[in-house]
Amino acid sequence: MKRHLISAADLTREDALLVLDTAEELAQVAGRSIKKLPTLRGRTVVNLFFEDSTRTRISFEAAAKRLSADVINFSAKGSSVSKGESLKDTALTLEAMGADGVVIRHGASGAPHRLAGWVQGSVVNAGDGTHEHPTQALLDAFTMRKRLGDLEGRRVTIVGDVLHSRVARSNVLLLNTLGADVTVVAPPTLLPVAIDTWPCSVSYDLDGVLPKSDVIMMLRVQQERMNAAYFPTVREYSRRYGLDGERMAALPEHAIVMHPGPMNRGVEIAAEVADSVRSTIVEQVANGVSARMAVLYLLLGGSEPAIGKETP
Amino acid sequence: MVNAASRPDGPAEARVADGDPRPKAVLEEPDIRRALTRIAHEILERTKGGHDLLLLGIQTRGVTLADRLAGLLREVEGRPVPWGSLDVTMYRDDLRMRPARALGRTELPADGVDDRVVVLVDDVLFSGRTVRAALDAVNDLGRPRSVQLAVLVDRGHRELPIRADYVGKNLPTSMRETVKVLLAENDGRDAVLLGPTGGAK
Amino acid sequence: MSHLIRNARVLGGAPADLLVRDGVIVEVGPGLAAGDAEVVDAAGLVALPGLVDLHTHLREPGREDAETVESGTRAAAMGGYTAVHAMANTDPVADTAGVVEQVWRLGREAGYCDVQPVGAVTRGIAGEQLAELGAMADSAAGVRVFSDDGHCVSDAVIMRRALEYVKAFDGVVAQHAQEPRLTEGAQMNEGAMSAALGLPGWPAVAEEAIIARDVLLAQHVGSRLHVCHVSTAGSVEIIRWAKSKGCPVTAEVTPHHLLLDDGRAESYDPIYKVNPPLRTADDVTALRHALADGTIDCVATDHAPHPVEAKETEWAVAAMGMIGLETALPVVQEAMVETGLLDWAGVADRMSAAPARIGRLSGQGRPLEAGSPANITLYDPSPRRAVDPLAMTSKSRNTPFAGLELPGRVVATFLRGKPTVLEGKLQ
Repeated sequence: MKRHLISAADLTREDALLVLDTAEELAQVAGRSIKKLPTLRGRTVVNLFFEDSTRTRISFEAAAKRLSADVINFSAKGSSVSKGESLKDTALTLEAMGADGVVIRHGASGAPHRLAGWVQGSVVNAGDGTHEHPTQALLDAFTMRKRLGDLEGRRVTIVGDVLHSRVARSNVLLLNTLGADVTVVAPPTLLPVAIDTWPCSVSYDLDGVLPKSDVIMMLRVQQERMNAAYFPTVREYSRRYGLDGERMAALPEHAIVMHPGPMNRGVEIAAEVADSVRSTIVEQVANGVSARMAVLYLLLGGSEPAIGKETP
Repeated sequence: MVNAASRPDGPAEARVADGDPRPKAVLEEPDIRRALTRIAHEILERTKGGHDLLLLGIQTRGVTLADRLAGLLREVEGRPVPWGSLDVTMYRDDLRMRPARALGRTELPADGVDDRVVVLVDDVLFSGRTVRAALDAVNDLGRPRSVQLAVLVDRGHRELPIRADYVGKNLPTSMRETVKVLLAENDGRDAVLLGPTGGAK
Repeated sequence: MSHLIRNARVLGGAPADLLVRDGVIVEVGPGLAAGDAEVVDAAGLVALPGLVDLHTHLREPGREDAETVESGTRAAAMGGYTAVHAMANTDPVADTAGVVEQVWRLGREAGYCDVQPVGAVTRGIAGEQLAELGAMADSAAGVRVFSDDGHCVSDAVIMRRALEYVKAFDGVVAQHAQEPRLTEGAQMNEGAMSAALGLPGWPAVAEEAIIARDVLLAQHVGSRLHVCHVSTAGSVEIIRWAKSKGCPVTAEVTPHHLLLDDGRAESYDPIYKVNPPLRTADDVTALRHALADGTIDCVATDHAPHPVEAKETEWAVAAMGMIGLETALPVVQEAMVETGLLDWAGVADRMSAAPARIGRLSGQGRPLEAGSPANITLYDPSPRRAVDPLAMTSKSRNTPFAGLELPGRVVATFLRGKPTVLEGKLQ
């Protein structure tokens, strides 16, 4: 049976907890002098990156290498892809290489779905267009659990460009699976019109939500949104939806501040907030490797994947 | 072929598949207690008082046995003996024969394994493959002064050049028999069951 | 050449014979004598007037890799069509008398069905300057339907002028209703599914706003307006309102919008990517009822062939469109007849008489009675089978119905008495 991790919705609650528990064990490896396990020896993982994302690629690469997999980095820039090769032909090339797992980052929503139909190996979505980024949601949940314990009933507030955010989509789905109460906060222009169909609450008022949040997750404001009438000015956005020191003070004592990176300091998050003890931003990076190791192990380590959804 | 006389009140859960005779207990709670006590004394003898000792139980029941042995050693020597747990899943050579499974905990005392006399503790020694995986795992954790092996039951049929330093009971078995160790902490009672059929393990 | 079609259920009614001679139906009734006519056994088959499509992309000239006039008309005949309107968005665009006459001539040479070219409303379908509408109307092709299909005539002044101008030759402007600014980068219907899939949404209002504007314009200048591929419940409401006010508007719906909803996009398979996009199940229901009550006048396929590589891609870069000529009648049977919304007489109206009337095709869509041109489709509604893209006559394979079990099969098509299809095979 072939299984993939394309959407956070591909994970049952049992799957998600298995990934988080496994990640917790694997996090120990980072603290050892030999940061390597022999588990995926002889397995080939291809990092197929059609979009520049050095941090995500490095994170997956470190995860695969710590599990002793052979890693092939395939970057679209300077390859045949930039010369017009189709995704399907790229997929066939990977097939010829015998990839056991393909980690794909792509600018088009649904590209991992398509790829999964064309390759034998398991596909891991490392971010597709404005769709999903499930391993980011897993590392976020992992980070929250380490700081706050069980996520059941925890109140998580996600602030910013929900409409175009793959991080928001995956987080809303995964956190809901894990029993957390999610609220999204954004100007209405940056929410999908059908936001009422999502398993979360909606607010336009950040200040009203802050005191009731255990976690506040700030999303990056993409440069290209700034000139497309989603909001009048960056300054107004920042004033209404940015997290500064004063707003941080309105959070409960134990609450943490998250950001998937890269940050626009001074836009959605003030420097003093990003660098405060409540900020988990650096931890999130380290936890990313553990979460991705867990995903790769559970998909590729056994005779068949232990998590994920069957071929779409 | 089962000796019913030696199993006057076998528990229902020990039953194997329909039509098969129930497995028999070859060790009961007092036997296990005596075997562990003997192993504890042998460890102290061999390690000359148990200095620099570190017991590492192999998940799952090896951890319980390591915990018990640590308790017995403390009773005898009057000081705590460090112990920890070792999950060898990621080092197994049969990983790809089964779906990926959940990991157990690997927990070491703060000092780690460097320069320690590590005694690996497991319930049953059979092919030796688990111990091989454990040796690899320990190797990645640091450099012990030496590594020894303690098992509750040695049932033979080794597939690798591995032998135990401390054995609770040597149990000659056929390949077709199953050996199951039950421990109160994990299973509600202490016993070693020998099942007549069911394949190699 | 003469044929006696024996025991056909004319419009689904009692069995009767149709005697066809020299391209004309000469007699309809029970127990007709065959004489020297070739007998076609039509027992159990429904006889319909040859189907007429108001909206077909034949791709020639320019994209002969996807379809040609010949391959497209062969597919049309296999689908029971005797006339198709060839859309203008070819390369070069059908915006001059020369191009429309070329397409018209290619259709005549192929001979599988009548090809009636649609002329572009604006030069190069760029939406800026009117094309030479009069020249196309006066050409051998006799163009009556004008459309920038694929693009919306979004400029209100250009649209007004086009509507007014075509009155001079009883033309009609067929509008592709899509507000361009509201649909920049749009990929699928905007709603719960687009929100979940992270695909840029295509709001219903982008279609409805243009239709609302256009019916008011048409009412104001007293010109005929035809609305292409209506896809939303809101559009239906606006058209219903406009008709109640006496606005000279007509409308079409595609087979795929009658059967499929935006849930299909979940697969991210761009075989379901189409313009306008598949909408919600509620929209599908509204469209069916609108077709049944006549608010929507006709079914038009929007047959849009694309080569395989245009669909074997990520959703966002895939071409929009679906082929539909060979599945239209089975889909309409499934969506409208099996549900009791239309009888076969209704199907004949929506798929033959109404589109012929809107397109001003005098020799098409006539009742099956003595004196009518012998454009006849014989259809067996009973067999059900899975749609096989490889079995299509069209050059392209991009059917969204692949694998779906649909009823019915076109057994024979007669174009002015000449069989183009017999026993389910192209002649």
